[in-house]
This record gives sequence, structure tokens and C-alpha cells, in this order.
Amino acid sequence: MSGQEPNSDHVVTPPVGGVFRIKAEVLGADDIRRAVTRIAHEILERNKGLDNVVLIGLQRGGVWLAKLLAETISRVEPGTNVPVGAVDVSMYRDDIGLRPVSPGAVTDIPVDLDGRVVVLVDDVLFTGRTVRAALDALNEYGRPRMVQLAVLIDRGHRELPIRPDFVGKNLPSSSDEDVRVTPDGVVIGHREPTGEVAS
Amino acid sequence: MKHLRSIDELGVAGLHRLLDLSDHMAEINRRPVPKVPALRGKTVVSLFFEDSTRTRLSFETAAKRLSADTMTFSVSTSSVNKGESLRDTIETVAAMGVDAFVVRHKSSGVPWQISRWTDAAVVNAGDGWHEHPTQALLDCYTVRTALNRPEGFDGLHIAIVGDIKHSRVARSNVWAFAALGARVTLVAPHTLLPPSLEGWPVDVAHSIDDVVDRVDVLYMLRMQRERMHEALVPSLREYTSRFGLTPARADRLQAHTLVMHPGPMNRGVEMAVDPAELPGSVITQQVTNGVSVRMAVLFDLLGSGSGLAGEAS
Repeated sequence: MSGQEPNSDHVVTPPVGGVFRIKAEVLGADDIRRAVTRIAHEILERNKGLDNVVLIGLQRGGVWLAKLLAETISRVEPGTNVPVGAVDVSMYRDDIGLRPVSPGAVTDIPVDLDGRVVVLVDDVLFTGRTVRAALDALNEYGRPRMVQLAVLIDRGHRELPIRPDFVGKNLPSSSDEDVRVTPDGVVIGHREPTGEVAS
Repeated sequence: MKHLRSIDELGVAGLHRLLDLSDHMAEINRRPVPKVPALRGKTVVSLFFEDSTRTRLSFETAAKRLSADTMTFSVSTSSVNKGESLRDTIETVAAMGVDAFVVRHKSSGVPWQISRWTDAAVVNAGDGWHEHPTQALLDCYTVRTALNRPEGFDGLHIAIVGDIKHSRVARSNVWAFAALGARVTLVAPHTLLPPSLEGWPVDVAHSIDDVVDRVDVLYMLRMQRERMHEALVPSLREYTSRFGLTPARADRLQAHTLVMHPGPMNRGVEMAVDPAELPGSVITQQVTNGVSVRMAVLFDLLGSGSGLAGEAS
């Protein structure tokens, strides 16, 4: 069952129950666009072009971002067309059975990854466990020459030795806070359980 | 979801959830290395008190592709032959540390009984004439993918032809197809229909000719030869002439109509045509999809943690 109905503009219903109370907007739509444009330039610069580069978004939050990044790259560097894929990591998580898993959309890797430069794209980097699962998942599709990581928000609290190569914004947060990302903006806030749902 | 014993206990939301999850599993099965670590360390035991080829192998393949350990128990080589009771058998196997039992038994209701004796998840792989929920799931998944109906079966007309009375496949499929919104017509002689269809979401036709040119899915059931002894049909030839899919009837199928069969097939009885020559035949896809769907069931039971969240269905 979904949580209770939103009762003000600053409350939304998160996917796992409870209500999400917004504390502050961190990035607006324009800020996201600028950050993505900068990351696009950085990817081009780091890889000296786009030879063999493929963008893979993490389901679900990274997928629209990977597509936006690809569109931006082809605007920055006209005539290029970087392949975009999506990976669902739910079968590779290390917390299977510890929490509800609802797989996002299906994995779609459009090219053979052998010898490619894969840029993993996600909206928020937190513990790093999703990225670890994604690295395992990528193995099934080939052996990339290199894997890089692009995230819109790095909120800290890493539990694994994982470091992003491209960051939209570093956002210091406390671990009980929650960060929500949509194409319209990034907000930080708290999730409040609705009594019946234990956290 | 703690157990999968009937389509009914799954509910419409659960049905959609498992079909969505099957898409993920189908993607895994298309990979060069079709294996994921999702159920590492889990043990799945197949308990088959009745013969089976495809269901048992399908479950075993599904469990292995999710990296679960599998054990198989066939009654013919077990201590059941020394007189061990069902309960003692279950408790003995469960004591070895089992996360899921996949059970087939000739008596209806055995999966419910077993779930009272063990904490492991119980999957019904066919109990008597009662239910065969994973068959219904794989059939729904086959219709959903072949006719591109991810949202549901509203407006689809599905005929189930043959021995409805003794068929657990028919029972599970009727509920599953109807729950997804399809109109279901049963086609059978009176002797092969259950005594009462009260409460079944179906209508009935007594000749395949009434439906063959208008349905979207023609689902042929196996004519169980052992029923011949009970004189429920005059002869197999008579059965074929009224209820079999003959070449003349195959010509009357609409171009998009799917022909399905749960296997094993009686060639020349209910299937009087070679399915390989039927453009609408998805019988092979049913078998392929069976693995994906059973992976979805095992993952949902053992890996998704949905039982921890308090299932909402």
C-alpha cells in the first residue's frame, strides 16, 4: 500500500511508504542542465573524444540522466552519437533478502562491452553498494577496458572504496536524510514513516 | 509473498508483479551467460510425488540460473517406499536446511498441508486436479509477450479446449486469464466439464467449431488417455472430430491467433496438426518462458524481501 496522501506542497509520497518532507531545494532544473553540460565536457576531455565510450544508466534514476548526458554530448560535439544503455542491478545487490527489492526496468546493453569505456551514470551516489552491484552486472556483458562513474549528486557516507569520476554537486548530508532527484530539480529532506511501516 | 500455492492467493497485483519480474528474468536468459548471483546460498528442493519432465527440469533450471542450490527428490527412489509418511519426509528434508519446496502431488491440497509443517516457502507444481499456478503464470506471460499486452488482457477472447474436469492447468489458467481481464470460453463435452461451473468467470461452448475462427488464443488441453477407461468420451477419433485441432480447423484460425498447449501433447488426438506448421503456435515459447516465470517466482519468494515488508495484496 502507498503511504498517506500528500497534505502540502512540500510533502510527496516516497515509493517505500511514509511521507517525504522537503527541507531544501538543492538544484533547480537549470542547475541540473548546467551540471550535465559540464560533466559532458569533462567526459569528452578525459577520454579525448568519444572513441569506444558508452553511457550506461543505473535503473531507474540514472537512465534519464544518461540519456540527457548523451543528448548534451552530441550538442557539445556535433556529429557524434554515443550509445546509451541501462542496467538493472537488483539481482546483484548484497542486501537481497534484507529489504524489499523492486527491480526497475529491464537491463538493456546495446553494444558489446569488450574493450569499451563504460561511463556508469546515476543520480545519487550514497553508500556505493549500488555501484558495486552494477560493476558485477557489467561483467556479464563483457570486459570493458575502463569503467568510469558519473553522478549528479555525491552525498557522501560511502561504505565501499568507490569514488566518482564526474560529479554534478557534492552535497554533505546526514545519513537519515533523503535526496530526491527528478529532471525538475534536486531536493533534500526527511522520510517520516507512517506508523504502520517500520523503517 | 510467502508461498505460491494457487493463483487465487497471488491476487491480481501479485500476478502483474510476477509477470513484470519475468521480463527481467527473460533478459537474463537471453544473455550469453544466463546466470545471476541473486539466490546464492538458498536451497530449493523439488519434491515430485508424480511424474514430470518439463516442470521439474524447468524449476531446476530456474533455481540454478539464480545460483540457488537444488536437490531433487523422486518418490520412486526414496524412503517413501519404505513407508515413511509425507510429514516425516518433509520434516526430514526441512531439517537439512531448505528455503523452498517445489511440490507436485496427486492429491489436492498437499502444498497447503506441507506449509503447515515447515517454515520454508512452498511452491505448488501441481496438486491433483486442483491447481498448477506456475503453468498459468507462464501461459499468461506467453500471451502477454506474444500479443504485446503488458497492461492486461482486456478484450482478449481465450478458449480452453478439452478435459477441463481433470485439469489443474485449466483451473489455474481460468482464474489467471480472467483476473487479467480476458473473456474465457471453455470448450468440452459435458462429461469433461466439472459438475458445477458456478462462480467460474467463464462461458461454455460444446464444439470447437463455434470458437475456432473468433478467439485470440486457442488453448488445447491434453486428452488424458487414462480417462478413456472411464468412458467419458466414446472414442479418441470421436473426440478428435469434435474437439481436436484438425488441419481444416487450423485453416479457420485468424492470423494473429495463438495456439497453446501445456504438454505433453497427444499428436493425432487433440493436436491433429503438426504444431511446427502452425504459424500461431507458441508451444515452444511456453516452455522457454516457463524458466523465466519460475525464476521470477523463486526470486519473489526467496530474494525480494517482499515477505519482510508485509505483503500488500
